[in-house]
Amino acid sequence: MDCRGWIAIATPMTHMPQRTALSHAFGALAAALVGIAHYYDHATTVTLVERVALALEVVLGSLTVTGSLLAFAKLQGWVHGTPVAYPGQNAVSLVLAAVILVLAGWFIADPAATWAFYGMAALAFLFGITLVMPIGAADMPVVIALLNSYAGLAGSATGFALDNNILIIAGALDGASGLILAVLMSKAMNRPLLNVVFGRIEASTAASADDVYAGKVRSTTAEEFALLLEDARRVVIVPGYGMAVSQAQHAVRDLYLALEKRGATVEFAIHPVAGRMPGHMNVLLAEADIPYERMIEMDTINPTFETVDVAIVIGANDVVNSNARASDSPIAGMPILDVDKARMVIVVKRSMSPGFAGIPNPLFAAENTLMYFADAQAGILDVVREVKAL
Amino acid sequence: MESLNLIDSLFVFMLAAVVGYHVIHKVPPLLHTPLMSATNAISAIAVVGALLVTGANGSKPATILGAIAVAAAVTNVVGGFLITDRILKMFNKKKAK
Repeated sequence: MDCRGWIAIATPMTHMPQRTALSHAFGALAAALVGIAHYYDHATTVTLVERVALALEVVLGSLTVTGSLLAFAKLQGWVHGTPVAYPGQNAVSLVLAAVILVLAGWFIADPAATWAFYGMAALAFLFGITLVMPIGAADMPVVIALLNSYAGLAGSATGFALDNNILIIAGALDGASGLILAVLMSKAMNRPLLNVVFGRIEASTAASADDVYAGKVRSTTAEEFALLLEDARRVVIVPGYGMAVSQAQHAVRDLYLALEKRGATVEFAIHPVAGRMPGHMNVLLAEADIPYERMIEMDTINPTFETVDVAIVIGANDVVNSNARASDSPIAGMPILDVDKARMVIVVKRSMSPGFAGIPNPLFAAENTLMYFADAQAGILDVVREVKAL
Repeated sequence: MESLNLIDSLFVFMLAAVVGYHVIHKVPPLLHTPLMSATNAISAIAVVGALLVTGANGSKPATILGAIAVAAAVTNVVGGFLITDRILKMFNKKKAK
């Protein structure tokens, strides 16, 4: 088995987003190199149609290679995941895009202009970096889906350049799936796709953390946590990226089994952008043997939160931030899981630090909310022990 | 590519995009991760086929680039399908119980 197959087998499920980003880089690299090799051999004979296809293929392929590698590095933690912002970054990106377009146009008009072709390819590699650099780790679901789409479209363009239908079809399929997922993800954040790519969430002026939390945050212990679960009939668990970071999915499964044994119904509420890639939470929970009938989508579970006895939020923040309902909030209009309507909410979190949006979460200060400050895995295992001792 | 071929190719592309849209729209969010690794692997398979076409009688630099591309695409195909299979098995075993 080659090394890549080994990666596929050995990758822990928590590393799926990185692995996916890496595979987009591989696919796009293949498309870009085929395009460059094709031009190298046929520089004087490429037809107009082939030149247009080659330009698309090489530009999309190249920017996807570096963009995906950077996304990989961010998800892996090699590069800091926070959005890197500098003044005029959008202007730099736009100028770069314009230069690439001009070079592509030049090359299409004059296939003998090798400098235009190679310049275009080189700048496209650079463009991939400037495109992904300002995007934060929490927006990665959209970016990964978008890069998936680019890789597919680059493959499709290869098909046009080589007059190969299989390539066109497979690429179009890949491009369509990536684009659909990207649109779904950005809808789930109530932000237009372009806003995710070019905009960033502005720091909030609405309310400071001190105002929101002042004296209202109550913390709890594993023992009290377990007591609250003692008589719960319906429990909903909301997993977030924190669960993935802490590799807590197996501990969560233990909690699920312990509660089901006591006769409670346990469900998992999955927000579309929870985690770092589309479907991230589902895969983690499935790895931990949680039946997929218990993973409920946001729109289905939201109307039923009134009948939930205890909602347990594990390592999620922005997807349950009730601030999204306020019109002056930076995340205004983002659909959230209505956990605050449950009778009792327990938030498992390491600290009060804000989520990606950088805004305080009124849920943490709500009357029916208790904070359980712990690492997700260790903290949940403590609770499981207490529940079993009840 | 002749202009007639271009129209054919565009036609194929549009049909594939329409089919792709309808197929993928019906995939539940639950399966979005394996969906992504699967489509990625499928598109990489096609690259291998294309390289067989381009590989013939190429110059040395083009062959080297092509070889790297083949390696990247093959790892993608193998890795993509293996991981898709692994994820789908995780979802499947629950149904069997």
